[in-house]
Order: sequence, then C-alpha cells, then structure tokens
Amino acid sequence: MSLVSAVQLAKTYRAGDVDVPAVRGVDFAIEPGSFVAFVGPSGSGKSTLLNMIGCLDKPSSGRLTVLDTDVATLDRRAGAEFRGRHIGFIFQDFNLIPVLTAYENIEYPLMMVQNWPQARRREQVMGLLSAVGMADQAAKRPDQLSGGQKQRVAVARALVANSKLVLADEPTANLDHDTAYRIIGLMRKMRDELKTTFVFSTHDPKIMREAEVTFMLEDGRLAQNSGSAHHG
Amino acid sequence: MGKILEIAARNLLRYRRRTLLTSLLVVIGIAAVLLFVAITGSFKALMIGQITDSMLGHLQVHRRGYVASIESLPLNLNMPPQMAAQAVKALDGNPDVEAYAPRIKFGAMFSNFTETTSVRVNGVDPERENLVTPLLAGRQLDGERGGALVKRGQILVPVLVARGLQVKAGDTVVLVTTNKDGSVNGKTFVIRGTLESATGPGGRDGYIHIEDARELLRMTEPEVTEFAVRIKRQEQAERVTAVLVDELAGVKNKQGGPALEVHPWQRLTPFANIANMIDVLTLAIKVMLVSIVLVAIMNVMVMAVYERIREIGTIAAIGTPPRRILALFLIEGLLLGVLGSAVGTAVSLAGIYALNVWRISYSFGQQEGLLLAPVIGVQDVVSIAGMVIVVAVLASLQPAWKASRMDPITALRHV
Repeated sequence: MSLVSAVQLAKTYRAGDVDVPAVRGVDFAIEPGSFVAFVGPSGSGKSTLLNMIGCLDKPSSGRLTVLDTDVATLDRRAGAEFRGRHIGFIFQDFNLIPVLTAYENIEYPLMMVQNWPQARRREQVMGLLSAVGMADQAAKRPDQLSGGQKQRVAVARALVANSKLVLADEPTANLDHDTAYRIIGLMRKMRDELKTTFVFSTHDPKIMREAEVTFMLEDGRLAQNSGSAHHG
Repeated sequence: MGKILEIAARNLLRYRRRTLLTSLLVVIGIAAVLLFVAITGSFKALMIGQITDSMLGHLQVHRRGYVASIESLPLNLNMPPQMAAQAVKALDGNPDVEAYAPRIKFGAMFSNFTETTSVRVNGVDPERENLVTPLLAGRQLDGERGGALVKRGQILVPVLVARGLQVKAGDTVVLVTTNKDGSVNGKTFVIRGTLESATGPGGRDGYIHIEDARELLRMTEPEVTEFAVRIKRQEQAERVTAVLVDELAGVKNKQGGPALEVHPWQRLTPFANIANMIDVLTLAIKVMLVSIVLVAIMNVMVMAVYERIREIGTIAAIGTPPRRILALFLIEGLLLGVLGSAVGTAVSLAGIYALNVWRISYSFGQQEGLLLAPVIGVQDVVSIAGMVIVVAVLASLQPAWKASRMDPITALRHV
C-alpha cells in the first residue's frame, strides 16, 4: 500500500482572468519509508505538489490520497488536524518561531497541536535534540543559531510528533553546500532510524542525487523518474 | 494555557517599545478615568452630604401640592395634626427610616428695630432635627454652641442676613409674619448665632424652635409643614420614597386623591442636575477610555498579525488548530489590557493617596475651604479595569480572527 498516491493529479490557479496550470495530470506513488525528491526548475510545480501532499492545498482535478485519506475531502479544520497528526514540514527559510528556544520550537507541535503531557514531551524532545546533534544548543533562540543549526531544529520539529511523512520544500536552498549535504544526510539518517518517509523538493542536481527516488518535473508534468517509485 | 500565556507575553516583549507605548496609553487612560471618578465622586458625595445632612434630609414628606408652590411657603398647605400623625405612623413603620423631624416653614420680616429684611424661617424640633441633619449644627459660625440646636426664644440667623443688618450673636431681633388667616404677629428672639450659607434651597434659612413657630403663627393645633427624613442608606432615597408613597397612598384628600407626597432629595434641589451632569461626564470619559483602548490595542494587534504572517503560516501548516491561533492573539490583547489596567490602577491609587495627603481645598458657591478628599470604591476599580480588559480582548478579536483564518500557503509565501 502506497503512502502517497496521485492519479491524474492537476492544479490550476486563477490569475485574474487567466488560468495558470501548475500541475498537469501527474500520476505517482510514494512508498512508506522512502527518501524521495521532486526535482525541477523554478515554476515546474514542485512546491504545488508538496503543498497538495501536505494538505495545504487541494487538487483542481484528479485524486490524491495520503495515508489512505483523500486530501480533497478534508476541510480546513480536518486538514490542520491531519497535518498535525501525520505530516511534518521543513521549510526553505527554516521558519522557526523567533520567541521560542530550539527546545521549545521542537516541543511546539507536541504542546500546541498534540497536547502531550510535559514529561513525555521532554523525553521526546531531548531524544530528537540529541539525534540531530543539537542537545547543547537547546536553550538558544533561532537568532543565536547558524542556518544549518536552524534547519537541524526544523528537522527535529518535523519528526517530533512521530510523523509518518516529512515534506521539505527546498530544505537546502538557503544553506551552503557542505551544510546542505549534512542536512540531507541528517534527513536520511532520521529516515533510517525512524522509518519516516521523507519527500523533498530541490533544483540542485547534486542534492538530487542523494534521493533514493527522484521525480523530475517540467511545466507541471512528470518528465521522468528514477528509483523504485511508481510513475504512471 | 500557561504556555500560551508565556508565548503571548514573549511576543509582546518582542516589540518592547510598541508594547510599552500602547500600555502607557492604557495606563494614562485608566489612571485619568479613575482619578476623575474619585475626584468627582468625592465632590458629589461632599455636596450631597452638605445638602442632605445640613438642610434637606434624604427625603421629605409634604402635603400634596406644597412642593409645587414651595417658593411662596404656603401656610394653608401645612399638614393638620391627624394627617401628620398618619405620616408619622408610616415613617415609624418603615425599617429604612433612621430618623425624621417635623418642620414648620414660613416667610417672615426680620428686623433689628432699625432695618428690616425678608427671611425664610424653619421651625424645628432641635433634638429630632439633629438626628436628621447632623451637619446643621456645624454650620453655626459663632455664638452659643453645644446643647440643643436652638432653644425657645433663640434664632439662628443666616450669615448674609446678619451681615446685611449688622447683627450678631446675643442681639435681640424681631420676626414679624402673617399666619394663614391673614393675622399679623411678631415675636422677639435672641440671636444664638449665625449660620454659614449652604448651596441649594434652604441654604439661607433661619431656624427657630418649632413651638416658637407655632406661637408666632398663632396655630391652634400642631400643624407640620414637612417631615425631613433621614434614611439608613442615602443611595436608596428613590426606592424608599417609592415605598413611602405606597404606604401613604391611603391618606386621602377631599377629592379622594393622595393627600401626601414624598420627594427624595434629588427632586428638591437643583444640585441633583449637577450630580447627574457629573454622572454623564463620567460616562463620557469612560467612553473615551474605551475608544482609546480599542483603537490602541486594535492597532497594535493588527500590526502584530501583519508582521507575523509567515509565522502564522508556519504554525498553521504544522497543524495548530485555528482556535489556538485565535487564542494566542486574543491573549496578547488580554495581557496588554491586564498590564495597562494593573499599572493604571496602581498609578491612580497613588494619585488619590497623594491628593488626600496634600489636602487640597476649594470653594463652591459661597462655601469656602471645602476639602477635596477623593476616594474610589473597589466596585469602581473593578468595573473600570474589567471594562478595559474586556475592550482589550474585543479589540484583539478581529486581528486574531484574521490570523486564525489565514490560508497557510498564502501566509507562507508572504514576504
């Protein structure tokens, strides 16, 4: 059973009087525990696809199921609940909450979304801080961390609620080359340890090569794929 | 909840200067309103106390039609003994009534044997009058003090009359008046002392013993012009009046209508209008405070939402329920309101304390040396602070609602 399955998935935006197709009828499937990259130039539809998989946006047509749930059926509240329960996000700009420490940023989904008790939260957060190599930076706020450290915190935050799927939109775009490799390596290590599915987008061919499964996008269409994922 | 409070507080501290300025606005607003309420309340209470405790009493019982023609002090509208007895019965039976005193009021010519002027005179039962208007004795400026308010053969003369006719305590004067049958009579009195003028009707009346009044007016039976009544709680004057009106409804005149009427002090003195004006001004000041708080906090919260759009997008994307995003921003507004109210209340209480320590005096009409002694009740503090806090939350509602409804994708794309 695929974790994510898309059939003739399409998304068209309306810009004034003009329809702008961002994704044009793609078929793909992502298996549990895989390490997947959507690759393509800017405007190819990578972010739109990730947004739809992340239940942040709804398809215009076609069918998209994530964890056996048709994302088109989720309303605003149900979408938020589904994301909180199953999906972690890593952003290009890290998007950490500036008034919270690294520890609190990671703790945030457990406290504000999942309502975990404090002792359990602490154990989970401390475990992840150690796993991403940030245990000694727990009390620092985002403005006291480097870009790579921020993204490590973001990776931990995405995984803290035992998410089954982590979506990372251009997670290395704002990092230098070495740091970018380390972050991708960290994501892969976490996948290996936790068996969480990682799906990220990138336009960097070197980073792309780190993925086990790659979907190439051009003008909203899947151009080719490599690896073991299915491509319709 | 505790963590949400902490996050909200940290978000407020993120923009320290803006939070400080907004809080300052709330502090100044609430402090100004509480000081205004305390000062005007003190002035109002002082004036009401002066009027009720040195002249009017809290309410008065008259024969029907007397108050409508009170300027002419009509003797034919005095209560005959039987009617007065029924009024006494009602007053004795009312648990809210603390004391009452019968009065005979009339106009007279006041003469020092060389000059004459007109004067309004109250014939009073000294002991009962002391219970109803305890501050009356304090208005006596000179002469014999202590003991009965006024003894048989004595008169308390309003100071302006005494100055005009150049008489003083111990002098003998004569009162000449006409009774209800048109018969003229005169009687000599010794001036016991002069009375300080007071604001309002009756503030320049003279006082003699009620038996002297009856003798001067050649009353064949003990009539009463009015009963001045003191009740246990002045603020309940309107309610007690209504109760007494019901109780006295059985006393009928020849036409079968009620023979007696009861008026609270508010209906007997124009100062009630000033008191009402103070209340309206207080309300206006409160409306201004609400507006200030509303605009200031709404402005700061709109800015807070605008500046944190990407952050809102992030927390929405990771699954924060909309109600929790709403709560985060509402609590920021709540904290601003609570902070402003707490500091504003502290500032105003310090200001009230300082005003009481400085003992500022002022004049009102012919009264001088009135002491400004502002006080504020717990109820006023709680209601005004509570109002500010509620308005602060309401002001945050629209920005918070907007934040909670924000589309995560649009918010995340915001630059």
